[in-house]
Amino acid sequence: MTVAFYLAAAVAIAATFMAITRLNAIHALLYFVVSLLAAALILLLLGARFAAAMEVIIYAGAIMVLFVFVVMILSTGPREALQERQWLRVSTWIGPAILTAVLLGELLYVMAGATGALITPAQVTPAQVGASLLGPYLLGVELVSMLLLVGLIGAFHLAYRLGRGKASEEAGGKR
Amino acid sequence: MINQVPFEHGMIFAGVLFFLGLAGVLVRRNAVFILLSLEIMLNAAGLAFVIAGARFAAPDGQVMFLFVLGVAAAEVSLGLALVLWLYHWQRNVDIDNARSLRG
Repeated sequence: MTVAFYLAAAVAIAATFMAITRLNAIHALLYFVVSLLAAALILLLLGARFAAAMEVIIYAGAIMVLFVFVVMILSTGPREALQERQWLRVSTWIGPAILTAVLLGELLYVMAGATGALITPAQVTPAQVGASLLGPYLLGVELVSMLLLVGLIGAFHLAYRLGRGKASEEAGGKR
Repeated sequence: MINQVPFEHGMIFAGVLFFLGLAGVLVRRNAVFILLSLEIMLNAAGLAFVIAGARFAAPDGQVMFLFVLGVAAAEVSLGLALVLWLYHWQRNVDIDNARSLRG
């Protein structure tokens, strides 16, 4: 289990690094799916079965499909890859990279003061999660449902205006 | 130690993923890549919750992971709708073109 954890962690970090440096959006999405699957394996190893299933179904399934649809609609071609290459100059990325590396170094330094706590994988069953979700965290569930409703209304509003703008454009073209 | 992982290593893993996402947000100019990097950061935060939950063998970490998942779903649907809107206006997805609130 220990070896599998470090292996999956290395795969996830490498795939995420590839995802943020690709020029082609579809390649980046595929690398991110690999990273999500590795993260799901880590959750499974730590005994969080339900979270692992959600990671695969919702993140690697639903959210990534949404991204793929949008990239297909935007029809990025070789021209876009060329543009990305121009944007990804050394002078552009070196500053943010150094700043984030410093922050990461600080995090590692803080974490190096190890308390010696070990994670022993104990299964937390979906039944326990469900009981906790509808018990002490009921208010949070209501808040998330309201947030999702707001997201739905907002997305509908944007799509409605987008469609109406196109329709009026076409009508103007005909005239 | 044969079947255990130090708690700090799990947190360092989540932290490295989070900082990769942060670097992605700062470096890229394509709006789709920025949203993808935001997803990386949210995913790393959720992972940190679950790892901390596994440390105490408590279900709370997974509950928080579900909340993060809900936030990510709402954020990505609105964000991608805004990216389509930006593309409709500007014919590209460079966020440097979206400097003013009204096109």
